[in-house]
Amino acid sequence: MKAFLILEDGTVFEGTSIGSTREVVSEIVFNTSMTGYLEVLTDPSYAGQAVCMTYPLIGNYGITDDMESGRPWPDGFIVRELSRIPSNFRCKGTIQDFLVKHNITGISGIDTRALTKILRDRGTMNGMITTNEHFNFEEIKPKLQAYRTGDVVSKVTCQEKTVLPGNGKKVALLDFGAKRNIAKSLNDRGCEVTIYPAHTPAKEILAAEPDGIMLSNGPGDPKDCGPIIDEVKKLYDSNVPIFAICLGHQLMALATGLDTHKLKYGHRGGNHPVKDLETGKVYISSQNHGYVVDTDGLDEKIAVPAFVNVNDGTNEGLKYTGKNIFTVQFHPEACPGPQDSGYLFDRFIKMMGGEQ
Amino acid sequence: MPKRSDIKKVMVIGSGPIVIGQAAEFDYAGTQACRSLKEEGIEVCLVNSNPATIMTDKEIADQVYIEPLTVDVLKQIIIKEKPDSLLPTLGGQAGLNLGMELAESGFLEEQGVKLIGTTAETIFRAEDRQAFKDTMEKLGEPVAASLVVNTVEDGIKFTNTIGYPVVLRPAYTLGGSGGGIANNQQELVEILTNGLRLSRVHEVLVERCIAGWKEIEYEVMRDANGNCITVCNMENIDPVGVHTGDSIVVAPSQTLGDKEYQMLRTSALRIIDELGITGGCNVQYALHPESFEYCVIEVNPRVSRSSALASKATGYPIAKVAAKIALGYTLDEIPNAITKKTYASFEPMLDYCVVKIPRLPFDKFITATRKLTTQMKATGEVMSICNNFEGALMKAIRSLEQHVDSLLSYDFCDMTDEELNEALKVVDDRRIYCIAEALRRGASYETIHNITKIDMWFIDKIKILVEMELRLQQEELTVELLKEAKRIEFPDSVIAHLNGKMSEDEVRQMRYDNGIVAAYKMVDTCAAEFDAMTPYYYSVYGSENEAVETKDRKKVLVLGSGPIRIGQGVEFDYCSVHATWAFAKEGWETVIVNNNPETVSTDFDIADKLYFEPLTNEDVESIVNLEKPDGAIVQFGGQTAIKLTEHLMKIGVPILGTKAEDVDAAEDRELFDEILEQTQIPRAAGGTVFTAEEAKEVANRLGYPVLVRPSYVLGGQGMQIAFNDDEIEKFMDIINQIAQDHPILVDKYLQGKEIEVDAICDGENILIPGIMEHIERTGIHSGDSISVYPAHTISQDIKDKIVDYTERLAKALHVLGMINIQFIAMDGEVYVIEVNPRSSRTVPYISKVTGIPIVDLAAKAILGHKITDMGYKPGLQPEADYIAIKMPVFSFEKLRGAEISLGPEMKSTGECLGIAKTFEEALYKAFLGAGVVLPKHKQMIITVKDADKPEALEVAKRFEKLGYKIYATRSTAKYLQDGGVDALQVNKISQESPNVMDLILGHKIDLVIDTPTQGHGDKTRDGFLIRRNSIETGVNCITAIDTAVALATSLESATTEYTLVDVAKI
Repeated sequence: MKAFLILEDGTVFEGTSIGSTREVVSEIVFNTSMTGYLEVLTDPSYAGQAVCMTYPLIGNYGITDDMESGRPWPDGFIVRELSRIPSNFRCKGTIQDFLVKHNITGISGIDTRALTKILRDRGTMNGMITTNEHFNFEEIKPKLQAYRTGDVVSKVTCQEKTVLPGNGKKVALLDFGAKRNIAKSLNDRGCEVTIYPAHTPAKEILAAEPDGIMLSNGPGDPKDCGPIIDEVKKLYDSNVPIFAICLGHQLMALATGLDTHKLKYGHRGGNHPVKDLETGKVYISSQNHGYVVDTDGLDEKIAVPAFVNVNDGTNEGLKYTGKNIFTVQFHPEACPGPQDSGYLFDRFIKMMGGEQ
Repeated sequence: MPKRSDIKKVMVIGSGPIVIGQAAEFDYAGTQACRSLKEEGIEVCLVNSNPATIMTDKEIADQVYIEPLTVDVLKQIIIKEKPDSLLPTLGGQAGLNLGMELAESGFLEEQGVKLIGTTAETIFRAEDRQAFKDTMEKLGEPVAASLVVNTVEDGIKFTNTIGYPVVLRPAYTLGGSGGGIANNQQELVEILTNGLRLSRVHEVLVERCIAGWKEIEYEVMRDANGNCITVCNMENIDPVGVHTGDSIVVAPSQTLGDKEYQMLRTSALRIIDELGITGGCNVQYALHPESFEYCVIEVNPRVSRSSALASKATGYPIAKVAAKIALGYTLDEIPNAITKKTYASFEPMLDYCVVKIPRLPFDKFITATRKLTTQMKATGEVMSICNNFEGALMKAIRSLEQHVDSLLSYDFCDMTDEELNEALKVVDDRRIYCIAEALRRGASYETIHNITKIDMWFIDKIKILVEMELRLQQEELTVELLKEAKRIEFPDSVIAHLNGKMSEDEVRQMRYDNGIVAAYKMVDTCAAEFDAMTPYYYSVYGSENEAVETKDRKKVLVLGSGPIRIGQGVEFDYCSVHATWAFAKEGWETVIVNNNPETVSTDFDIADKLYFEPLTNEDVESIVNLEKPDGAIVQFGGQTAIKLTEHLMKIGVPILGTKAEDVDAAEDRELFDEILEQTQIPRAAGGTVFTAEEAKEVANRLGYPVLVRPSYVLGGQGMQIAFNDDEIEKFMDIINQIAQDHPILVDKYLQGKEIEVDAICDGENILIPGIMEHIERTGIHSGDSISVYPAHTISQDIKDKIVDYTERLAKALHVLGMINIQFIAMDGEVYVIEVNPRSSRTVPYISKVTGIPIVDLAAKAILGHKITDMGYKPGLQPEADYIAIKMPVFSFEKLRGAEISLGPEMKSTGECLGIAKTFEEALYKAFLGAGVVLPKHKQMIITVKDADKPEALEVAKRFEKLGYKIYATRSTAKYLQDGGVDALQVNKISQESPNVMDLILGHKIDLVIDTPTQGHGDKTRDGFLIRRNSIETGVNCITAIDTAVALATSLESATTEYTLVDVAKI
């Protein structure tokens, strides 16, 4: 069946419908990872967005256990070509069936490179995926313009507290849409990880007397998370060591009076170089963010930059002055992407007084 | 870290002559690195024995020594030039080994020379089998159970503990020379004996066989600060068991999930970090197809063929970055040359798929076994880029220039299903075609996978192509079907052929009528995330075009020469690149089309635009439609480019330089005869034929022996000397196995001195840089002959005649640009053998030894400049003060079963130069450069045909005087003894031991002189077996008396003090 991707600026791509045929309006973003489409699909940070894979051959190894959450989150999945057969010893099914099962709309057969170039040049924009051949752009346009990702954190966070047992440090993980590998990375290092829903009051978390607090990644505009930011501020005020990733990093920044802004087209992929300003070493990181923390005129009394993006000089991490808090914009938990910055989990454990 | 201040002058070692396993990729890497060093203000002193390379140009380095790559020579150059640093990681295994030897001997330290780019320790830990194993064990990186052995007995003992089959890998050899898989003790003994001999340190690794696992490679970079990145990974479609150089390779990997991908990536980074490499490195893995188990196969701590491929596949210039790292820069300080916005400390993201297919030489060596093993056999490779795998595979196939254009190109129709099933088990260069045939017959993916171990994902892709073949055969060609066929890159010709009712022109017209045209996308290192500045394009169908047509300047299309194969080597890339530079200097916009990832011409900063595309009529036409060039230049890209002439003219592209009809006149027998008559130049009598009957008729009229050859070929492909009717039958049969559009030529064979000239003609005057003469008499292909400049044994009268004839021919053929002519001088007369109105393989060598920039001048002549205005006096240029000798280099040891005796069909893979003040020293250096390091045991075998016996006697006397003990077979021995040589008679192979074979296998023989009775191989004959066994046991084997005479001359004047010639100063 034919499907169409209609962008806010009137550009139309014609392709083939994959997955669900449900019509969706979403924010269109692209990811440049060459492997890891399944991790991308199941990364809750994509909630409220439709993701285009720039690598043209998708689904080659099918669906495996490599999932970062229980289900796929993007509103739409945009690919150049879906493999006819998946081939991998761990393969349990095809992307097509997976999308259908979870009612995710998709489109294949479009010029994903042309789409990427549009997003790069004109900035991230909203779009619609539809199978309706008789669409009228003028009617659709206001809908596209009105679309906001909104409070997607509430949609993706867990409903109940869960505990991953461990003999080491006790970590409270605030789930704003956490990828599984964050908890796993800590748990693998012996930590007992308690995963809290995003809206859990700081008081409740602190009452459990964790050795450290982990603020996870998550979807959407950090400024849409007002009440959470207030709670994060309380966590900041406690003296519990904190490590934050991505949205968690942005929320901590907002909580301490810093500002964030939207990037033209974000960083999504597995090849972004970040420089550790302490050592001068450059690591290749996994990234997925549309917003970034402003560090112009950063008050050193609050925080100092810890990492910077080698490509565009944007902030990639902060170290909070006088606090046991460090936060990063990129994803040390990888999945998908390079594992180079996994050492940060060790650093966190050390910060909590652990031995790693 | 900024640039180190203690590096001012760097010596770079090149990789020497092109041989199988070490080809043009090192010219690419070396050239790029030298330019990168010079960009930083570093003085570069280059040593490479290969004169055909771009890196040995005076534009590339400050001092250029085209000298034999031996430790002694390098030491003398170091003493003379006093570099402060040595960069050994750019010259392949050859360069690395030399760097290591110089370091190990303490010489570098003594001279105050730093090893940069790597350390001796790093090389040792990566290259020495045991040290490597220890390093991997320390890191906890798995390697296949293995043991380094120094004796066959130890090998047997170890194998008995781990079980057959085992893989054998000799240490410090290139292209896996001497390696293989042994399935039983007999094979083990055979391969191990050979491998121990070939290894520089007499070590062979015996290892658990992991054949059938996925073979995955990572290209990794690291700087002195410890920053590491991977440039890309690649997956071999052929599982472990086939050398990666002989495998079809895809980038990035297609069948690995992120878990597998990152697991191996992390491992590669740990390895490069542990080895402390500063620069580029290649790590090869075997990955179990049904688990996460993997083994590190090997690590190459240097740039390699794979790094060249990775550079072209991603746009990340590995050699350039490696050179900057060697100077002390860190990755985050080196700008990304493609985006110009980002830095080298990132990982390229591809939004397309790259396929590489090896170019195997079995069309040249019809007797050689086609089986692919862990020993590399390919002479070159092609690469293609598309946004789908099927398309990339189809484009790569038609880039091969092997008369293949689809998966139907090898015909398996005659095989029964059982035979086909058996054929699937054969791992050779036809395997994908065989799989396609099996799929056509309905074989299941499982069946094919179980036999070949090729991942089902790839089998499915082949099936998609097969399904399309069927649809094109059975269905009406609708617009939708045509679109789909083009999306997966079926050429119009194949579509027309399968359709059966439409011609290629009609298919093309249908495409144009429906707007189904190629679009071009950019290789930008970043999957479009950043705006790229470098126009490096590939074509796709059904997408938006991003290549912008530029109009401001005159635009020239330069057609490259495709894959490196015997007969068309790196020389033509040299010519293409220089032509491009020359046109750029004249203010033209330059557009290169080529498909060879190993070459300089496909580096994205050589021309203004690079199209990485197949060199076929259709693919070039698509580029022409977009670029609308003002002209195309075909005379520098060898036969590949020449073949495109007709079509270019048809689509209205002016051919710059000599016109196509004049090119035809040189190739077409009748037209050429008219020209010769008109210019009154003699040639050997001959005729044009199509059938064997006609050939025999002509041959008998002329009298045997005759030379039989197809027209419009390079490297004398299919050319043979026939002595009787039977041979004519046989040769015609072989020639006609490949469809002939052009007639076959039969000429009287004249045995005389062969002379060659390259000349430039501006339409009025000619310029001859120099006259070359061959050591070997006619009958041996010019590319396989030892060539001497200046010609020193011919009279002034002959020289005058040659100059005169060259001028007459150039004018009669209206040559504008290059012309190459081969002559025979016999009995005071000069005959023309052949005329090529294009650049030839001797151009780079003559340019370098005369200091005349031939391609540059030819390009200028094409653009209307006159020789007299370019500062040259027309005619033959004054002779240089040096004697320069071009020595052919062969790769016979890599090709089991190949006939090594020389004849009219070219067999050499590369060449080296000997340059000196005297003929003798030049000759000695040329042999040395070609790896003939004598004497060792001072024992030799002579077995020659009757006609050669008188001359063989003279040769034998000279070797006897050099202290050689001479063995000979019965009749030769008797002849030599009668002539006063103390020759020892040995038994023939069929006779009892000790016979001639025992002698050869006994490793005590320096040299075999064996002139074959026939110029072609009957595999059961003594001669063939002697020659093959000599080559396979590393014994020098000479098959022409003239070559033997030259070797005697060279050894008589052996020296250890060399005249070192900086050719940059000529």
